Amino acid sequence: MSAAAAPNGDAMLDVEHIKQHFPIRRGILNTVAGHVHAVDDVSFTLREGETLGLVGESGCGKTTLSRTLMRLIDPTAGRITFRGRDITHASRRELRPVRTEMQMVFQDPYASLNPRKRISQIIGGPLELHGVARDEIAQRTADLLERVGLQREHVNRFPHEFSGGQRQRIGVARALALEPKLIVLDEPVSALDVSIQAQIVNLLEELQEDFGLTYIFVAHDLSVVRHVSDRIAVMYLGRIMELSPAEQLYSKPIHPYTAALLSAIPIPDPRENRRRDRIVVGGEPPSPVDPPPGCVFHTRCPRAQDICRSEIPPLTDYGNGHLAHCHFPLNVTREEIAGSTKSPLSPAASGDSQPQYVDPELHPA
Amino acid sequence: MSTQPLLEVDHLKVDFRTDEGLVHAVDDVSFRLGQSEVLAVVGESGSGKSVTAMTLMGLTRSPNARFEGSARLRGQELITASDDELRKLRGKEIAMIFQDPMTSLNPVHRIGKQIVEQIQAHDDVSDAEARDRVVTLLDRVGIPRSRERIDSYPHEFSGGMRQRVMIAMALSCDPGVLIADEPTTALDVTIQAQILREMRDLRERTGTSIILVTHDLGVVADIADRIAVMYSGRIVETGTLDEIFYDPQHPYTWGLLGSIARIDRPRPHRLPSIPGQPPSLIDRPEGCHFRPRCRHEFEDCPKYPELEGRIGQAPGHDDRCWLPVEEKRDRRVVADGQIGLEAEGATA
Repeated sequence: MSAAAAPNGDAMLDVEHIKQHFPIRRGILNTVAGHVHAVDDVSFTLREGETLGLVGESGCGKTTLSRTLMRLIDPTAGRITFRGRDITHASRRELRPVRTEMQMVFQDPYASLNPRKRISQIIGGPLELHGVARDEIAQRTADLLERVGLQREHVNRFPHEFSGGQRQRIGVARALALEPKLIVLDEPVSALDVSIQAQIVNLLEELQEDFGLTYIFVAHDLSVVRHVSDRIAVMYLGRIMELSPAEQLYSKPIHPYTAALLSAIPIPDPRENRRRDRIVVGGEPPSPVDPPPGCVFHTRCPRAQDICRSEIPPLTDYGNGHLAHCHFPLNVTREEIAGSTKSPLSPAASGDSQPQYVDPELHPA
Repeated sequence: MSTQPLLEVDHLKVDFRTDEGLVHAVDDVSFRLGQSEVLAVVGESGSGKSVTAMTLMGLTRSPNARFEGSARLRGQELITASDDELRKLRGKEIAMIFQDPMTSLNPVHRIGKQIVEQIQAHDDVSDAEARDRVVTLLDRVGIPRSRERIDSYPHEFSGGMRQRVMIAMALSCDPGVLIADEPTTALDVTIQAQILREMRDLRERTGTSIILVTHDLGVVADIADRIAVMYSGRIVETGTLDEIFYDPQHPYTWGLLGSIARIDRPRPHRLPSIPGQPPSLIDRPEGCHFRPRCRHEFEDCPKYPELEGRIGQAPGHDDRCWLPVEEKRDRRVVADGQIGLEAEGATA
C-alpha cells in the first residue's frame, strides 16, 4: 500500500474516547448486574487512503470497536467523526447517505452471503436500495464481478456454487458496489487457506490503489496484518496497547504485550525458529466484566511493578507516530523517554507519570 | 527415531459415494510413524489430511465409504479391524484431539467424569484411583488447581483450557499414538504457544508419537520431525522438517512455502499466491493433480506420479513430481534465495 503518502491524507475518521460497555442483566427483574467493558476509551485518527490494522486476541474488542465505528452498535461514550461529520448520534435516516461511504467485509464467507439469493441480487441489492436504475444495476454487477476476479456469467449463480475464496471475492464486490470511501475488513482472510489468503490480500491491495480506498483491517494474524497495513493498533482487553507505523511495530515493539504476541508466532522456518528466544506469557486474558485496575495487562506482564497495578498508563508518544501504553517500555533509550510526550489519544483516566527506563541488561524482556 | 515403525500406512484409499459421484478423499497414501516421532500432515482444506487421520481412528466408517490399503499399528491392522477391536484400541493405543474443543466435550458432564469414564473403559481401576489419575493428568497439561477444576463443567473453561482438557483425556491411557487435528487453530497465539510447549514436553516425557494435522507451517516448524504434504487426496511430498523447508521438491510445496506472509522478512509488494483452486475430488485431472495450477507443467505430467525417492542421496525424501531434481532446484528459486511457485507480482 502507498505507505509513504497515506498518513498525510485528510482525516477520514476521527475516534475520540470511544467506550462500548454492554450491560449484563440478571434475574426476573432484569437488573443490571455489571458491564462487559468491550471497548474502553479508545481514540485514533484514520487518514484518507491509509490502512489501519487492528489486531489482538479474541475478546480484545477489535470487532466490537469496528462495529461501533460503523454505527452498527451505539457507543456508550465518546465521539465518532466521519469525513468531518459527527455521526456519534446520527439517526438511521441521517446515516443513510453515510452508509454508502462506509462498507464492511465479514470474516465468514459462508455465513455472510444469503444462500437463497443469486449473486446478482447479493451485489445488486445495495445498488437497488440506493435507487440505481435496473439496467445499470445489471451492468455494474457484472463489471464488479469481473473486477474482483470472477466471471460475468456467474451473476445468476448461488453462493453454494462457489469456493470460500470466491465467496470472499463476492463479499468484496458487494462492499464495493456503492463506491465507498472506507471499508472495514473484519478478518477477511482468516477462514481461507493460505494460498487463497494471498490471492484475496493482493486483490484488496489492488482495489485500494485503483479506487483510493481507506481500510480498517481487523485480524488476529500479525503476519497478514503487517503485509497490508500502514499503521497498526494492538488491542488488549478493550484498550489500545500500542499504535505504530507497521514496520516499527515488528522491528521495535515497545509494549511488552506486543513483544509477547510477536514472540508467540512460530516462524515458518525451522532454523530461524530454533535460533529464537521465545517469550511464552502464561495465563489468559482477565474477564472484561471486571478488568484489572491500572494497566490491564499487568496480570500477565513479566515487567509489571506496583505502579502498573494502580495507575492507568498514558499513551506515550515516542515520535514518528509510535505510541505505547506502558509504564516500563521496551526497546527505548533514556533519551527517547525524555523526549516523549503524553498523547492526546490517552485514555481520560490515565495518569500523567512519564514512563520509566528499564535497563535491558538488568531486566531482559 | 527408532528402527521399528509404530504405525505403517500403505496405499490407503478412502472413497465416499455421494449423489454427485464418487469422492476420492484419500488416494494412495503411505507413510511410517516412528516411536516418539512428530509427523506433520500439511495441506489445505479438502486435501484429505483430516480424512486420513479419522480413518486411522475408524471414524470415517459409514455405508457409503469404501476403503483400500492397510494401516497397521504395532502390526495390528486398523482398516479391517472389527468395531469391537477398534474400541479397545481407541483411547488406549491411539487417541485423537480435535480442532474445536468447544464441541468435542460433552457439555452436560463434569470434565473429571468424562475422563474417568475413558480410563475405566480400558483399565480396571477404582473410582478413587481413576480420579487421582485425572488430577495428575490435569496437572501435567498445565491446568491450575486441578483438584478443584476436575469437577467443573466444560463451559467453565476457556478455549485454551478446554483444549488442555482434551489433551489430558487423550493421554489418559498413555496411548502410543496421538492424532492432533488442528489442535491450536481455534486458539489465540499466546495460548497456542503454551499448548505447543505442553505437546513438546509430553513427547519428551512420555515418548508418545504424534500425528499433527495442520495447515499452519509455523506450527509445523515449531514441533515436527517429519512432514507429509497433501494435495487433492495424495501425499505429494514427504521428508524431514529441514528437507521440506530447505530442499522442497514438489511445486505445490514451493507454492505453499512461498505464499506465507512472514514477520521476519521484508514485506514483498505483493504476496505470492498459488493461482486457481484445488480440483474437485470427484473429477480429478489425470496424472499429477496439481498440473492445472502448475506453471512448470510439461509432457510427462499426465502420467501417474508415484510417491518415490527421486533424489539419490536422501532416503525417505519422496515426492510425486516428474521434473528432474536439478531442474526443480533451479526453478523453485523465485527471488534471492526465496522459494516459491512463481515470482512476486505474477498474476493471481
